[in-house]
Amino acid sequence: MIDSRLQRFLRSPVVWPLAGLALLLVVNLIHNPDFLKIGVLEGHLFGAPVDIFNQGARTFVVALGMTLVIATGGVDLSVGSVMAVAGATAGLCITSGHTSLPLVLAATLGAGALAGLLNGILVAYAGVQPIVATLILMVSGRGIAQFVAHGDVLLIKHPGFEYLGKGFLLGLPFAAILAGLLYLVAQAALRRTAAGLFIEAVGDNPVASRFAGLATARMKCLAYLLCGLCAALAGAMDAANIGAADPYRSGENMELDAIFAVVVGGTALNGGRFTLAGTFAGVLLLQTLSPTLVFLGVPPPVASVPKAILILVVCVLQSDRAGRWLRGLLPKKEVA
Amino acid sequence: MKNLLKFLPVAAIVALTGLLSLRAADAPKKPITVGFAQTGAESAWRTANTKSLKDEAAQRGINLKFSDGQSKQENQLAAVRSFIAQRVDAIVIAPIVETGWEPVLADAKKAKIPVVIMDRKVKVADDSLFTAFIGSDFYEEGRMAVEWLAKNAGGRVNIVELQGEPGSAAANDRKKAFADGLAKHPEFKMLDSQTGNFRRAEGKTVMEALLKKHGKNIQILYAHNDDMALGAIQAIEEAGLKPGKDILIVTIDAIKEAVQAVAAGKINCTVECNPLFGPKIYDTVEKILKGETVPKFSSNKDELFDSTNATAAVPTRQY
Repeated sequence: MIDSRLQRFLRSPVVWPLAGLALLLVVNLIHNPDFLKIGVLEGHLFGAPVDIFNQGARTFVVALGMTLVIATGGVDLSVGSVMAVAGATAGLCITSGHTSLPLVLAATLGAGALAGLLNGILVAYAGVQPIVATLILMVSGRGIAQFVAHGDVLLIKHPGFEYLGKGFLLGLPFAAILAGLLYLVAQAALRRTAAGLFIEAVGDNPVASRFAGLATARMKCLAYLLCGLCAALAGAMDAANIGAADPYRSGENMELDAIFAVVVGGTALNGGRFTLAGTFAGVLLLQTLSPTLVFLGVPPPVASVPKAILILVVCVLQSDRAGRWLRGLLPKKEVA
Repeated sequence: MKNLLKFLPVAAIVALTGLLSLRAADAPKKPITVGFAQTGAESAWRTANTKSLKDEAAQRGINLKFSDGQSKQENQLAAVRSFIAQRVDAIVIAPIVETGWEPVLADAKKAKIPVVIMDRKVKVADDSLFTAFIGSDFYEEGRMAVEWLAKNAGGRVNIVELQGEPGSAAANDRKKAFADGLAKHPEFKMLDSQTGNFRRAEGKTVMEALLKKHGKNIQILYAHNDDMALGAIQAIEEAGLKPGKDILIVTIDAIKEAVQAVAAGKINCTVECNPLFGPKIYDTVEKILKGETVPKFSSNKDELFDSTNATAAVPTRQY
């Protein structure tokens, strides 16, 4: 019983990002045990692991939306630009004197929903290839963000809004709590209802699902809409974290990080089955890597090399063939 | 009759161009036309730079043809070719990358159109392909920063450095100048040097990690641009330390927000990297067109702001 559960866990794709994470932690513990030290400062937790959760919250929120889009067999390249647009929208609201928090959030999320809806319509109803459809907004989104912000970095002085990115609740970073709540809600909404199954069906075989009576186009459009909303929330969290909406650099390369987290977590790029827990593990792996490089003192020009190696190793280990080969090496005796 | 009708538009065009050229000859003084191939709008610095060139052109009555390269050299090359075809009086290029400019610069030279390179350098085998280079002296900025530090560190010695984008000329020169300066002052110690990619968010995250790694040992922060320093300030404050007091902060660019932070005592010194090239560029262009000689290489003048002059400078900062 325990054995079969263990075997099932070992076969699940989540095991590899977790193994990578464990490896990183071991390296850090040997090199500098301070990495895992958590102290208390001014009534809240303080330490590198806290930073990882605090910063990882934004990546996770984006990756959550990305997981749904990828599960429908698509991809959303525009999330980074949507973050910038959302941040700029929040910045514009606050700097122009509309400081009521619900209003700011409504405008920000509204911008994200609009962007997601545009992507969704292009992909689901106009039949444009997802890469191309979302590339449009990826490229033009930065221009829109600069237009909204009048080509400036907008400074945000708004304690309520800034709480989103750097507040602490019960000693824990609020951003991480928010991401955790979102995870629970998404998990419940997708797994306790048929919604998750519908998304998987659409990604697995859109034609068959349509014949089975599923509104495939509506399902796809919904996934992009949710992804846009998630990206906008992450954009707001990013702007709140640094107290400034930067239309030029906010969310840069975020689409790559999010796609990486999703894929490493075991959701295949060709759609179908998805796992939010896997995405969470992927984000954690990715996010632990950056402070690790700083702690190890890897010089910046070569810093991308260890990152690339880690990503490569995890992806190779995850592939079906490598998995079969590995299983062939290990438990032969037990089977016999 | 039919044939005549066919020729009518042609005849009209010939007549019109004739008239136009006559008018041009009659005009007392034709305004200068300058073609400007900008990199794009990738940062607030660049936006201020574009605005400076546009505003100054309007003020001097210069007819400016502006092209946004959108961070692609192909776009810039196409723009310069079209400037040559339009027979502009002078061309200004802010190159995105250093290489690949020879053919188009040779075309401009053949058409006898002077070219002024702005901000970043170009790598060409033959320097006569362009008339003048007016740049930002990144090395000098780094040198000014380290000199200020040597005078004002007050016994603080442990430094962390936030580098700009690896490989960019600004990051390379600012890093090298600082290292060269430190070699002359062996009392300083470089604890760590990491990249924040010129980004505010990354300046913050990297500083967060550095603060966990070195704890209270960090006494001085040298950032290659203000954005990273402003992000790092938040990390420092969130770690319960006082930026500008517990950790001395030296940075480069002098955007308005940073000069304000100097006035507020959160940044100790910021060295200007002036994007307002307009006046100097057009001075040079006008001199070239009058046939005067101009220096081949020159740089925009940069100032330094610390507690002595920041408060006075804040109201006049344009970017």
